[in-house]
Amino acid sequence: MGNPISRQEINEHIVEIVSDSGEGAQKAGQTFGTISAKMGNGVWTVEIIPAEIKPPARSPAGASGIRIRLGSQYMTNMGDAADVVVALNEQVLYSRIATYAYKKGTVILLESKWLTDPNPEIVEQYKTALQEFRDNGLIVHEVQMEEECLKLTPKPRLGKNMFVLGMLCHIYDRDVEKAYHEIKNTFIHKGTKVIELNQQLFQAGYDFAENNLEFHYNVPPWRTEDSEEKMIVTSGNQAVGLGVMASGMDMVAMYPITPATSASHYLAEVYHMVGGFIHQAEDEIAAAGFAIGSSFAGKTACTITSGPGLALKTELLALAVMAEVPLVVCVVQRGGPSTGLPTKVEQGDLLASLYGEPGDAPKIVIAAATIEECLHFVIMARKLAEAFRTPVILLTDANLATGVQPYPRPEAKAEWLASPIDQSEWTKGMPAFDWDEKTGLSTRPIVGQVDGQYVLTGLAHTQKSKVAYDRESNQRGCDMRSRKLATLSSTLKPPKINGEAEGDLLVIGWGSTLGAIEEAVGKLQAKDYKVSSIHLRFLSPLEPGLKDIFAKFTNVLTIEINYSDKADAPFITPENRRYSQLATILRAQTLVDIDCWSNVYGQPMQPGLIYEELQSRLNQGEA
Amino acid sequence: MFGLKSDWSLDIKTRYFALGDYAGGEARWCPGCGDHGVLTVVQRICRDKQVPPEKTVAVSGIGCSSRLPHYMGTYGFHGLHGRALPIACGIKSRRPELDIWVATGDGDCYSIGAGHWIHAVRYNMNMTVLVFDNSVYGLTKKQTSPTTPIGYKTNTHPEGAVLEAHNPLTTTLGIANVSFVAQTVDWNPNHLYATIKAAHDHKGFSLVNIIQRCPVFLPNFFQGHQDDPGRILLLTHENGIPLEEKFTKLFPTQQEHDPINMVDAYDIASKREPLPIGLLYRNTEVPCYEELSSVGKDMGMEEKLAGIEKAYDQFAI
Repeated sequence: MGNPISRQEINEHIVEIVSDSGEGAQKAGQTFGTISAKMGNGVWTVEIIPAEIKPPARSPAGASGIRIRLGSQYMTNMGDAADVVVALNEQVLYSRIATYAYKKGTVILLESKWLTDPNPEIVEQYKTALQEFRDNGLIVHEVQMEEECLKLTPKPRLGKNMFVLGMLCHIYDRDVEKAYHEIKNTFIHKGTKVIELNQQLFQAGYDFAENNLEFHYNVPPWRTEDSEEKMIVTSGNQAVGLGVMASGMDMVAMYPITPATSASHYLAEVYHMVGGFIHQAEDEIAAAGFAIGSSFAGKTACTITSGPGLALKTELLALAVMAEVPLVVCVVQRGGPSTGLPTKVEQGDLLASLYGEPGDAPKIVIAAATIEECLHFVIMARKLAEAFRTPVILLTDANLATGVQPYPRPEAKAEWLASPIDQSEWTKGMPAFDWDEKTGLSTRPIVGQVDGQYVLTGLAHTQKSKVAYDRESNQRGCDMRSRKLATLSSTLKPPKINGEAEGDLLVIGWGSTLGAIEEAVGKLQAKDYKVSSIHLRFLSPLEPGLKDIFAKFTNVLTIEINYSDKADAPFITPENRRYSQLATILRAQTLVDIDCWSNVYGQPMQPGLIYEELQSRLNQGEA
Repeated sequence: MFGLKSDWSLDIKTRYFALGDYAGGEARWCPGCGDHGVLTVVQRICRDKQVPPEKTVAVSGIGCSSRLPHYMGTYGFHGLHGRALPIACGIKSRRPELDIWVATGDGDCYSIGAGHWIHAVRYNMNMTVLVFDNSVYGLTKKQTSPTTPIGYKTNTHPEGAVLEAHNPLTTTLGIANVSFVAQTVDWNPNHLYATIKAAHDHKGFSLVNIIQRCPVFLPNFFQGHQDDPGRILLLTHENGIPLEEKFTKLFPTQQEHDPINMVDAYDIASKREPLPIGLLYRNTEVPCYEELSSVGKDMGMEEKLAGIEKAYDQFAI
């Protein structure tokens, strides 16, 4: 074909494909991400999900698509502004611009068919937008994608995504063989004709970019293709599903709720391979009840939900705490309160997880910080639930749930699987709650065990699980259940410090913000700022040694995606300021005057924003 | 090759369970409460069918009825307001070999747990569900229940209940996959036993609405029905509740009703006077959800590990 292309070598790029729903942008982006991961690049992809099911075509609210961050290092988050964007109409770009997804110099490859649309209004909208985008510093290239695709198919709307994939694969010098292979896999069930058409559309896009576009990049890999370490690439919700299977839990009871449901979709497809069953209950409460019933009968179960579902499960969670039933509750957090922001990210369910129930309901709460941890923490959660005879809440969020990332392939280990139900004879006379005074731990009779018969109750009860309303019994039960958390805490290690063990500022995070925080902190450390960070995985009980760590820093700050009052907002005083959720807990537990920086934009934390905030605090010396 | 095998032997039961093996704590219901009679019948059926106590679970919600598990010598789950059925279904889901009893009431099942009731009927999991329907909230002291007759004075409606009472029988009959619906009265031990026994024998979700006396909050409410058997409509049929003639002849008002006839069942269930007792509907052909939910429960370690590897393979790069 044309002249040899000169390629600019870059360390990383952020690419977006944005369109109306149903135009296949996500499929194209996922394929692009997979090809890149297979070529040894670090990759993080995240879906751009419209707020409505059937938004009108060509509307900002309908923006649907995907962001792919690829680079020559391990990618831990979605990054800041995009570098290259493919847009199938101009209107959807408005919503991305409104969320600061782009910057001056972002290259936009825009479908140009709207310029010749029979509807003069659309033509006008297109022209206006084009001018606005250019005035704002975006570099817009008009591309006749529809026209090119029409050469191959009468239905270009369905195939345009492969044309887009082809363009991107040329721009970033992707391996064409790998692309053909992925396309084949995608359409494997649709027959040879469909596969070939999509490969032709891909090739058309690839050739178009070669002949018509003047920018081409090279993103060197961070790991060699023949690397010994095997990798898998999944979303956080798929990782949760894999974790359920690898943990040996063979029952999940759920009720559909965004953004948690795709974990169950995945399990519904594959769970049978490990003999598991997914139960779609009639409501969130029934899902928890069903799981608790199964756990009571010796088959520790899991329920997967999001904030509003967690609220509905509250009463049954308290029962599981009270009656010491092991249970894994995976909460994929979204924006709240109420139905809030169903498709968007927030870390707003921490306090509800810890303190949602009336009375004292101590339970284990852990939070995954990476997609890989989504998998491993489900396994840990089941083990903790059984060892400590308690519900365990595993917090993830919409950012992890929809993010896609390669990570080391876990082993399938027999010791990770749940052990068979114990049906040996129960030691006669041993009570159902044979609490160890020091640890609060006890062995649980399982239905079927001869002489183990007891009646589980949510009422205050004695060691023998007999209802008891006397002073001592209730105090003792509460003591024993709480003691289990202290016991667990005594087995934990202090969190690892990212950076020096002392300095001007310590940043504390939890959950999906890990990558963004460490990226920002790393850049500041490279500029000799005395800033370090820690990231908590255990929220109840807290990891030990925090007060000692805090004491070595002039200032301590949490960064969270949940609400807090700004310190300088009207009427706010140090006494009435409402802090973000982890800050609230840490202040109470350590008596250290911890500050917080948080927002509820519904967006993942961007490393660039964190960098700016921390830099300005460090420069002002007030950190 | 012919005749008896040499190792042929009698299957001698090594364990025999007496009534006492099914007895738990001393029942704390009020004297004269119908719950006592139901408890006795449940224990007798367990004894008569020799179900191992450790393989039996009595599940309940909240209310007077729901104290029943505490008085059983089996495993028990005294759960939450309205939530007995999801818990019972969960227990059954991966342990289909367990024998499940559910004790619930008109408030627990037909009000706060109404959503679960509807869906538990659809799941049709094999369990015996006893609804202690005394037309009032007892444990919380005389509030209107979904089956309190309109006009009846309660603490929440001192001028009388304002809504027409709910008919749990017609509702249950209207739910997809319904497989067993019966009604009985607590004051007739013969009918109570035979009905609950038939429910327990049925493979599927068997719901028995037990018309029941609350001597404290609805004293003498069913006295008329007790005194005059003519106010009871006894359902009879060769496929219905098996009853001896010496028993049936005590009831002047009878109707022969084939329990597979849904149209007639609905017609009978929609009338309250005379009060129908007996088997309204039974369908043994309805699939049980545990046949789906328990698939794979005995999968071995090797196969599971291979399944996990296969799942990883799908995401391998």
